[in-house]
Amino acid sequence: MTTSRDRVLAKVRAALADVPPGAPDADPPVTRAYRTAHTEATGPALLALLAENLADYRAMVHRTTEDQLPSLLAEILRTHGSRTLAVPTDLPSKWLAAAHEVTRLPDSPTVTADQLNGVDSTLTGCALAIAETGTIVLDAGPAQGRRLLTLVPDHHICVIRADQVVASLPQALPRLDPTRPQTWISGPSATSDIELERVEGVHGPRCLEVVVVSG
Amino acid sequence: MSRTFLGMPPFPEAAAVSTQNAQLRANLTHATHTIRDKRARAVTELDDWAQLRQAGQEIKDHTLRHLDHYLLQAEKAVTAAGGTVHWAADAAEANRIVADLVRATGESEVVKVKSMATQEIGLNEALAAEGITAYETDLAELIVQLGDDLPSHILVPAIHRNRSEIRDIFRDAMGRWGRPAPDGLTDSPAELAEAARLHLREKFLRAKVAVSGANFIVAETGTLVVLESEGNGRMCLTLPETLISVVGIEKLVPSWRDLEVFLQLLPRSSTAERMNPYTTLWTGTTAGDGPSNFHLVLLDNGRTDTLADEVGRQALRCIRCSACLNVCPVYERAGGHAYGSPYPGPIGAILTPQLRGLQSEVDASLPYASSLCGACYEVCPVAIDIPEVLVQLRERVADQAPGHRLERAAMKSAGWLLDHPAAYSAALRTASRARGLLPRRLPLPGPAKAWSDSRDLPTLPEHPFRDWWNSRPNGEDGPKHDDGKTGKDSAAR
Repeated sequence: MTTSRDRVLAKVRAALADVPPGAPDADPPVTRAYRTAHTEATGPALLALLAENLADYRAMVHRTTEDQLPSLLAEILRTHGSRTLAVPTDLPSKWLAAAHEVTRLPDSPTVTADQLNGVDSTLTGCALAIAETGTIVLDAGPAQGRRLLTLVPDHHICVIRADQVVASLPQALPRLDPTRPQTWISGPSATSDIELERVEGVHGPRCLEVVVVSG
Repeated sequence: MSRTFLGMPPFPEAAAVSTQNAQLRANLTHATHTIRDKRARAVTELDDWAQLRQAGQEIKDHTLRHLDHYLLQAEKAVTAAGGTVHWAADAAEANRIVADLVRATGESEVVKVKSMATQEIGLNEALAAEGITAYETDLAELIVQLGDDLPSHILVPAIHRNRSEIRDIFRDAMGRWGRPAPDGLTDSPAELAEAARLHLREKFLRAKVAVSGANFIVAETGTLVVLESEGNGRMCLTLPETLISVVGIEKLVPSWRDLEVFLQLLPRSSTAERMNPYTTLWTGTTAGDGPSNFHLVLLDNGRTDTLADEVGRQALRCIRCSACLNVCPVYERAGGHAYGSPYPGPIGAILTPQLRGLQSEVDASLPYASSLCGACYEVCPVAIDIPEVLVQLRERVADQAPGHRLERAAMKSAGWLLDHPAAYSAALRTASRARGLLPRRLPLPGPAKAWSDSRDLPTLPEHPFRDWWNSRPNGEDGPKHDDGKTGKDSAAR
C-alpha cells in the first residue's frame, strides 16, 4: 500500500525534475557574506550594550559584582514584595544568602504549573545572553530548572555572568546544544495586538529583572 | 465557532465592499504605516541586511531543491529525539491525523498556538466536527475566534478591529467559552490584555493537549522553532502532556547554523524588533521537562504542486513575516478578508492560487489583486519576486479563461480610433456631450464583466482637451517654452 509519506516524497521528487541528481553538497555553498557581529564592543562596553538593549525592551536591569549579588537579590525581592520564590534545585546557595524572609519552592518533577501559579517570583541563571539583541537564552542547564519555572510566575529574576555574554546571534548558536530545550527571552511578555499599542505581560512574566554580574 | 474562508466572493467583489468601510480603512492605514515605518528603522540598524537577505534566499532555495533529502533527514532526527512523524498529503488527511491523535489522549479540548498552517487546513472546524474544542490562545486569534470572525493579517490577525469592538466582543463572548470578562471592562488595551490573561490561564493550566505550527524545522537536528511575543506559545509548547505540531514541508532549513540568518531576518521584518520576546526551540521530547508526547505532522496540501513550478516555487521561501502586506497599497485599502484565504496581501496573491489551484473564481482573481508596484519584493527578507510570479499566474489565468480575448478586441478598436484623428476627435466630442449619461462603470456583458466590474470609468471633462487648446486666446495659459527665460536655472533644481 502506498503511504502518504511515499506519495509526498514521490511528488517532491517529480516536482524537482529540473534539479540535476546529486547530493545537496553538490550545490554551491550558501554565500554567507553577512557579519558575525554588528558591534566590536567587548568587556564592559559589551555588558553596557546588553543592558541598554534589555532596558529598551522594558526589562529592569541591575549591574552588580559577585560580592554584592546576594544583597541585591534580597533587595529586589523585598522591593517587589515577594514572599514566595521558585528556584532551580542547583541554584548557587550564596545567591539567596541574604534573602531570609522569602519561602523557597525548589523545582522538582512534582511541582505543578498550578503551584507555580501561586508563587510571587522565580530566580534563575541562564545559558548565555546576546548583547546586540538584548536576549537571554535558557536551556534547562545549570541554575535554570525546567521551562515552566520561568513561565508561570509573574516575576522572573535572571542572573547573567559577564562571561556568559556574547555579541551576536552568530556567536551564540555554536555555544548552544540543539538537543536541549531552549527558551530565548527578549524583554517581558508583550502584545501589540490591540491597535498596535504595546502592553507588557499577557501570559508570561509581566516583570523581567535582569542582574548582570561582573567583577 | 470561527468561520472559514470557504465560499468567499472573488477579490474584486470582496474588495468593492471592504474599500467602502471607512473604519476598516482607517484601522488598516494606521496599522500598516506604523509597522512599515518601524520595520524600516529596525532593518537600517543592520548594515549587512542585503547579505542576510541573500543568504536567506540561497538557504531556502537550496533546501527546496533538495527537499526530499532534508525531509528524510528531519524525519530521522525528530524520531531519534523521541518524536513521532506523520505525513499528510492534504488538509483532510492532516485534520484526520490530528483528530485521531487528540482522541487517543481521551481529551476533547486543545489549546492552540497561532499557526498559519492550521488556519490553511481549517483544523478548528474539522476538530469541532469531531466534538473537540480548539482554543486559540494568541490574543489576536482569540479576538477573531470569540468574534466569530476571520483573521485578516498574517502577523496581527485582528488588525481590522479597534479597541471598542474588541471590548464588546470580550464582554459578549468570553463567558460562552470559559471565564467571562470582568465586570466594567473598559476598552484600554492593558485591561483587555488582562482579561485575556485571566480567561486563558485557566485553559493553559488545565490543557493536556496543544496544537502548534512552527516557524522553522532544522533538518540536521530535528529542532522545531516557534517565535512569539505573548508567552501563550510557551504555555502551549511546554505545559501540556501532548504536543502536536502541523508544519508545512517548506519550513525546513538544513542546519542549526542557518538559524543565525532567519532569527535575524524574521523578527525585524515582521514585528520590527531586534528580537521577539519569546522563542521556543525543542527537539523531540525531554524527560521531565515539557510534553512527553510529541507529534510532527508534515503537511503537503499543494506545496509539491507549487514546487513543480520553477518560477512560482520561490513562494515557498516565504517565512510568513507579513512585511509585504504592510507596504501593499492594495492590501491597505482592501483589507485581508478580501483575499478569501488565511494568506492575504501580496504573498497571499501568489501563494493561495498556487496551493489551491486556479480553478475557482476567488483563486483566479487573486493574481490581479496587485498594482505590480514592486514594494512587496523590495521588503521581502527572502527576496521573493512577487510581481514576477503574479505576472506568470495572470498568464495562466488568461490562458484558461476567455476574458482576455475580449480585452484584446477592445484594444484593437481603440487602436483603430487612435489611427484616425478625425474620428477620434468626433468620438471625444460625443463623449463629452454625453458625459451626464455615462455610468460609473462600463457594464460589459459576459466574461468581460469581470474586467469592467472592478474598474470605475474616469469622469469626462466638459470639453475635450483638443477643443480647449484650439479655442484658447493666443498666449494665454500657454506653456512658456522656447523663451529661455523661465527665471530658474534648471541645473539648480
